[in-house]
Amino acid sequence: MNVLLRILFVSLLVLAAGSLAQAHPHVWVTMQTELVYAPDGTITGIRHAWSFDDMFSTFATQGLESKEKGKFTRDELAPLAKVNVESLKEFGYFTFATADGKKMELTDPAPGFWLDYKDQVLTLNFLLPFKKPVKAKELKVEIYDPSIFVDFAFAKDKPVQLAGAPKCKLDVVLPREMTFAEGKALSQIPAEEKNTTMAWGAQFASKILVHCP
Amino acid sequence: MNRLPRLRVLHGLLLLLLLLLLLLVMVDAAMAQPFGLNRGTAPSEVGGFAGWILANYRMLSGLIRAAKADGSAAYTLLGISFLYGVFHAAGPGHGKAVISSYLVANNETWRRGIVLSFASAILQAFSAIAIVGVVAALLGATAKVMGDTVRVIEIVSYALILLIGLRLLWVKGRALLQAVGLKERAHAHDHAHEHGHGHHHHHDHDHDHDHDHDASAWSHGHAPEPSELAGVHWLRRGLTAIVAVGLRPCSGAIIVLVFALAQGLFWIGVASTFVMGLGTAITVAAIATLAVGARELAGRLAKAKPGAGVIILRGLETAAALVIVLFGAALLTGYLASERLMGV
Repeated sequence: MNVLLRILFVSLLVLAAGSLAQAHPHVWVTMQTELVYAPDGTITGIRHAWSFDDMFSTFATQGLESKEKGKFTRDELAPLAKVNVESLKEFGYFTFATADGKKMELTDPAPGFWLDYKDQVLTLNFLLPFKKPVKAKELKVEIYDPSIFVDFAFAKDKPVQLAGAPKCKLDVVLPREMTFAEGKALSQIPAEEKNTTMAWGAQFASKILVHCP
Repeated sequence: MNRLPRLRVLHGLLLLLLLLLLLLVMVDAAMAQPFGLNRGTAPSEVGGFAGWILANYRMLSGLIRAAKADGSAAYTLLGISFLYGVFHAAGPGHGKAVISSYLVANNETWRRGIVLSFASAILQAFSAIAIVGVVAALLGATAKVMGDTVRVIEIVSYALILLIGLRLLWVKGRALLQAVGLKERAHAHDHAHEHGHGHHHHHDHDHDHDHDHDASAWSHGHAPEPSELAGVHWLRRGLTAIVAVGLRPCSGAIIVLVFALAQGLFWIGVASTFVMGLGTAITVAAIATLAVGARELAGRLAKAKPGAGVIILRGLETAAALVIVLFGAALLTGYLASERLMGV
């Protein structure tokens, strides 16, 4: 019996240790996303503006030469931007899109991507064109790192915008349950106030939905 | 008389369960991150206090800044760094899986497990400090150069893991085959005591009975030196494991160090890295102790099962060696991505 108990004890400990084994982020990205539509209503690409956290920004700019100490121009950051964009390819740019349930292929970023450095924060700006622009009744875009090494969160200000799709409706979906307090606060927003879903969703969301007629 | 066979079956079942669990943990310990990526759904993050610490790794930057103005913030920084180390090590990473498997395969004691865990964690801290100190602080090189340096170190480290695994697999696999072969014959003393198992399996020449750690992959092929008899050579043999695991720096530590350097507070980054390493060591040591404990329990249970017990133990050691091989191969081929320094 003694042995049994000990086995049980060890097993439990081991399981507890195992359940702690979880990934967690090392890099934080605050993003603003723009969905770009052609005049005929097809979705052509996704424009990202990703701001990195201050530690990663400092790390990434370490050793880079600049005319003015602590400031970097777009030109000075151009080589870094190139490396950034090239290494993002391996991870599919962390951007996963489907049109009416079908996976959409992305191409490499369009030329003219750039990094800027403001308030010690690096922001990477790039446009990801779709291989085949399509008209989609329901477009879904998710931005995340499956390994959670990079944490993606939408910016509070202008998290998602539609460029050139006047008839489409934008929705940002909450990936997690709201807490009681959040739900209560949300319920107190007057019904006639527009766009509440998005304003609230932006704080939690990693999924963008666009419905077009 | 009736109860005995049933008890034996129960023991056998428990033993199997335990072995399974052990393997699962060794694998799970490093696998939460890269395998089985489900691209269809967004991942969930860790909850609770551990999750809070990990999610707030970035607050270290604020604390480093604060320490610049007010020295007392340094204590908070060190406290958070310590907790970060503790929980970070509990997350995915090959270190504890390799160390645990190594201890199980080599039938090392828990004390040795703790020494190996601490040594590898401290080496890891040194590695991060050396890279940032030399590459960034002295040479003023870019993050890309640092990333490239880490990648070279990574390859060396993964190759070492693979080599350790292969060596152990060779020795333990042969011991397993021999145990299976021996079962046919009568064997009076093989399982008489806990550490006796490895003896006759791997030494080409005949000094079967010297001491407890001759099941080593390293003491093979040469006469035992006095230091080995004194029990020192386990550390020398463990050194390869320490280096293989500790060589590769933690990317989190590198980022913190570079940030501290940019703030003109490199020393506080160094202190934070060491404290982080201490936290990591404690967690790795705890997990290693669990593995050793489970291995000892399995050994005790196996003792009650003459014949089959030895085979099971040899099988467990072979499996542990195989786990190391798989980790080494997966890491080396990039199939198993370790924490990366993204985009630099």
